[in-house]
Amino acid sequence: MTDTHDTRREMPLGLAKRGYTGVIQHLSAKDASSALSDIELESRLIELGFVEGARVEVLHEGLVGRDPIAVRVDNITIAVRRREAMAIIVA
Amino acid sequence: MELPLLHLALVGTPNSGKTSLFNALTGSRQKVANYPGVTVERKEGFFVTPQGRQVSVVDLPGTYSLRGRSPDEEITRDFVLGKASGETVPDLVLCVADSTNLRLTIRLLLELKRTGRPMILVLNMFDIASRRGISVDVERLAKELGVPVVTSIAVRKGGTADLLALTDEISARLAAEPGENSWRALSVAELRATQREADRIISDCVSLPSRPDTWTARIDAIVLHPVGGLIVLALILFVMFQAVFAWAQPLMELLQSGFDALGDFVHATLPEGLLQSFLQNGVISGVGSVIVFLPQIIIIFLFILLLEDFGYMARAAFLMDRIMGGAGLHGRAFIPLLSSFACAIPGIMATRVIDNKRDRLTTILIAPLMTCSARIPVYTLIISAFIPARDVWGFINLQGLVMFGLYAAGITSALVVSFLIKFFMLRDYAPAPFMLELPDYKMPRLKSIAIGIFTRAKMFLQRAGTTIFSMMVLIWFLASFPQPPAGATEPAIDFSLAAMIGKALAPLLAPVGFNWQIAVALIPGMAAREVAVAALGTVYAIEGGKEAAEQIGQVLATKWSLATALSMLAWYIFAPQCASTLAVIRRETGSWGWMAATFAYMLVLAYAASLLTYNVAVALGAG
Ligand SMILES: Nc1nc2c(ncn2[C@@H]2O[C@H](COP(=O)(O)OP(=O)(O)OP(=O)(O)O)[C@@H](O)[C@H]2O)c(=O)[nH]1
Ligand SMILES: [Mg+2]
Repeated sequence: MTDTHDTRREMPLGLAKRGYTGVIQHLSAKDASSALSDIELESRLIELGFVEGARVEVLHEGLVGRDPIAVRVDNITIAVRRREAMAIIVA
Repeated sequence: MELPLLHLALVGTPNSGKTSLFNALTGSRQKVANYPGVTVERKEGFFVTPQGRQVSVVDLPGTYSLRGRSPDEEITRDFVLGKASGETVPDLVLCVADSTNLRLTIRLLLELKRTGRPMILVLNMFDIASRRGISVDVERLAKELGVPVVTSIAVRKGGTADLLALTDEISARLAAEPGENSWRALSVAELRATQREADRIISDCVSLPSRPDTWTARIDAIVLHPVGGLIVLALILFVMFQAVFAWAQPLMELLQSGFDALGDFVHATLPEGLLQSFLQNGVISGVGSVIVFLPQIIIIFLFILLLEDFGYMARAAFLMDRIMGGAGLHGRAFIPLLSSFACAIPGIMATRVIDNKRDRLTTILIAPLMTCSARIPVYTLIISAFIPARDVWGFINLQGLVMFGLYAAGITSALVVSFLIKFFMLRDYAPAPFMLELPDYKMPRLKSIAIGIFTRAKMFLQRAGTTIFSMMVLIWFLASFPQPPAGATEPAIDFSLAAMIGKALAPLLAPVGFNWQIAVALIPGMAAREVAVAALGTVYAIEGGKEAAEQIGQVLATKWSLATALSMLAWYIFAPQCASTLAVIRRETGSWGWMAATFAYMLVLAYAASLLTYNVAVALGAG
């Protein structure tokens, strides 16, 4: 999973623009100022399919503060807020 | 030898078609819609397999794991683990997957295996998967997972035949294997490992063409456009409320003339007296005046059902998330609130999908402010009596516009109340996350829409026949007795109990412009909002005799000032007049206190809004 992507810079999905595509490198719940505890946030993200190696694409963004975002994760679409998406490190 | 009842449970990720399968197996008509979190209760049904085995099957709320983060997920967890009191653990768990989206279900299945319950993996929506060119090596999948796998199409006739056959086959050799339950909440590392394992199995057994649903992508490009999407949403709501007025009119007139004819017939055939008055004024004027609104109620339900089946609800929640967030509401709150347009009761139940207790409570408290279909009769009656039916800017019906304004007032006040709750009571409080799957669009299915409308229409008529009818009998009685003394010159109703009660209450309501007839109508109106319309119908019919019985709207137009009418509309935006809603609030919050709080705050708002409206209107010369 690293060979094609280690040339790209890692960034949190929460900062990605519409149209961004990438692969999840790791999760880092402590980087998101979510209301959830780190463990809870990480569990929920995994339960929605945000695991290392999953391909993501930012399909849509909301109006106010470009938030929330609709993310394609492999073959489903998930709406998340940018605040929580900060925990997903992609490249 | 009679075999014991076989217990099945339907478990799976949200929106995978569990309820559709439940309906297909048992012939029930539980609510199905295209968004996650439709089912929030446990429902049991029964059927007999082709080989004659008696089966009980339980439909459960969808869940991504057994952790039970919200009240609906707890129901599923407790049932699967056998924690629910007085429940038997299922003999066989049907793990239902959306075949176009196996990752999350396979991970859930690996977790479910630890409970030791015998299981089948049901690859549902196989029609959609085949259409998209997804192919699944079913045998290999079964071997890798160690669980029998079967495909199904819950919404097609005969689409569950393989599942039924497999159930028979498995149930025959079931008794010997009560597995051991080693389930405990997964750690993050275990979750990740399970998802990896699931992904590995899928890449071995499933071939996915890289052909996503292009229709969904195309529609979303418009519907989820940051600006365009909000315009589309506003347009949908606007058309919905215009339609309630414009389309329903001819049918309503037809129903109205039917009831008029029936009233005339009763008047002509029965001798003058109590029986004639009871049938004409109590039953036909009262109950009839509510039934007339059936077409409008059907139209509003038609819109909501179409949006739900198409898959729009989750999109609306996406668009509204930040806007609702500004008012301190959870993004998931939008779907319960939109369902409250139909009726607050399912709306309040649907808040079970909200994981955060305080967010859920706020949503429950404001759900009754959304304009439910029971307010339609009240609004329509007053609007058609007082607002001229002309067009503004050439194409917008003024009556429809006022209706839209009333809905908007309901929504705005809900947002304001929620903002105040957050501001004063829950200040130090970070926003709860919003995470929601946006399902692919599906063509609404004619049959399920028809069933949905039929069920709602039946419920409405049943209410008219029970609650409303019994309230009407009461009102008719109060308005007819005691009879006036011989030789009295005032109208007979002035001597009745209703007049006494109404006149006793009138001083309280005089500041908001309500007369004693309205005061009387508001009391039985506590049972259900539409009753107020029926009660006004009866009171004015008894007071005014035959002519008045015909058109309650025309009577109001002559008896009320415009200020009173507007004040009544303002009252109904807020009035807490629905006993069943209050009962559901009590049940869902588990507290009499919150129920009382809802009642009190809505009553205060209603009074304040009416007071303001009435006085402003009078000051502007509408008194
Ligand atoms: N084409 C097709 N559509 C299906 C099938 N099964 C279900 N659907 C549709 O999928 C959507 C979701 O179905 P539901 O039965 O409500 O799903 P659920 O699993 O009960 O959902 P929750 O109660 O929210 O967990 C509805 O729009 C159904 O009409 C199927 O086999 N084929
Ligand atoms: Mg369901």
